Amino acid sequence: MDKYTEMIRIRFLMMLAYRTNYYTGILIYAINIAAYYFLWSAIYGDKPSMQGMSLGQMTTYVAISWLSRAFYFNNIDREIAMEIRDGKVATELIRPYSYLGMKAVQGLGEGLFRLFFLSLPGLLVVSLFLPLQFPEHAHTWLSFSLSLLLSFIIYSELNLLAGVVTFFTFRNEGLLRAKRFIIDLFSGLILPISFYPDWAQQLMHYFPFQAISYIPSMIITESFQGVAVRDGLLMQAAWCALLLLPIGVLWRMAKKRLVVQGG
Amino acid sequence: MFYLSVFFQYMAQYMKTKLQYRADLLIEWLSDFMAQAVNLVFLLVVFGHTPLLHGWSRDEILFIYGFFLVPYAVFGAFFNLWDFNERYIVQGEMDRVLTRPVHSLFQIILERMELESLLGAIPGLIIMAYAGVRLSLTFHWYDLFIFVLLVIGGAFIYAGIFISLATISFFADARTSIMPMMYNISSYGRYPVDIYHRVIRYILTWLLPFAFVGVYPASYFLRKEEWYGYAFFTPVVGALFFAIAVMLWNAGVRRYRGTGS
Repeated sequence: MDKYTEMIRIRFLMMLAYRTNYYTGILIYAINIAAYYFLWSAIYGDKPSMQGMSLGQMTTYVAISWLSRAFYFNNIDREIAMEIRDGKVATELIRPYSYLGMKAVQGLGEGLFRLFFLSLPGLLVVSLFLPLQFPEHAHTWLSFSLSLLLSFIIYSELNLLAGVVTFFTFRNEGLLRAKRFIIDLFSGLILPISFYPDWAQQLMHYFPFQAISYIPSMIITESFQGVAVRDGLLMQAAWCALLLLPIGVLWRMAKKRLVVQGG
Repeated sequence: MFYLSVFFQYMAQYMKTKLQYRADLLIEWLSDFMAQAVNLVFLLVVFGHTPLLHGWSRDEILFIYGFFLVPYAVFGAFFNLWDFNERYIVQGEMDRVLTRPVHSLFQIILERMELESLLGAIPGLIIMAYAGVRLSLTFHWYDLFIFVLLVIGGAFIYAGIFISLATISFFADARTSIMPMMYNISSYGRYPVDIYHRVIRYILTWLLPFAFVGVYPASYFLRKEEWYGYAFFTPVVGALFFAIAVMLWNAGVRRYRGTGS
């Protein structure tokens, strides 16, 4: 266990080393949210609410969605793909840890850094100018934190899955990119799921994507209440467990047919 | 002349390598279309809930989006500096580039060319045609030339901003995460900038002039006469930002010392 926590620490420090990145990151996050606020204001026009959400709730929703994304987002799919192409994966596999587990904690280290040093300060800056509405109840914050952690696990599982697929396809940059757009669209990052037409909402129930962004954002804006919060968290937990299965199966197959292309 | 022949030789080599991996090429196209679909879906879903966006109709906004895709495709094909820092500075490729007898920026542009991105212009043209027909827009014979001019201007604005960002690598240890975020900001230039607070409008017009890639030039074809001044200013802004970027680049190259790898 020690080696995993150590890896989180190292990743965190690696991120901290790039200072310019950090200041511009806060600024750009703030601009991003502000632009979304004006866009949504124009969309709302004179309407007090759309799909049961007020403009204030929508602004908070957008700000929190991007904050969450900074935490759950990682590039471990690309890292795995690159290590397979460079042949580095062979040395990784003989090391005394679980390769996929180590990748996941590296993603966590980066995510924690971005959450606490990038988006949280960015959110504070934004909340000075924009009417963000944060919940007062402690249990909302608690459910949100739990939900965000589950988001990270689901997103990382999808990334691990995509990374492992590289063992079979060798080159799949296009596929990884397409996956990112699908997640942005269907996770509720760009639009709350409740804005989509009914048939699309029905369809999205069958995919793990809305468990990534929509559920935590709906919890923190208190658009989900009571039972809806519980159901959301349960759904996330179910996807966390369910996704382990294909990863396990593919990973076993991948190790058997590993071809190291030089290196 | 020399530069032109280098350009065509690179292009020929490029075609050969790309056609080696046909399946990959296909998936790359698909993922590009997917990226465009994300924005299109956003627009369509939003206009399912409201008829007008600050006085602009769905078809007008679609037209602006379609227009934007064309300069964006040109930019994507020739100015792929996304991983400049990782590839050229951290891995030391810049040292190799600097030993060659062509301008370093020109050579990197050729090396990182992605001609297939030009195909991204096709959905753009289709969206424009669709929206144009629904708005019953009329065109003159010279509009085609204006279109080309505005597209080139827009592509150069993009190029100028992203080259300037890449030159940060010469001066500071910035990693790539600024670039993806800048891609987000660039998309706000596609919406009518009068919806934003004047600070943001100012930023999108004069500091990061992405409005000149989307809403301003498209306004000309939408016959929004109050925006004509801005629309025709597009090539000037493009030339200006590109010139600044090249100057920054040259200054950066003079400072460059290599990583020693």
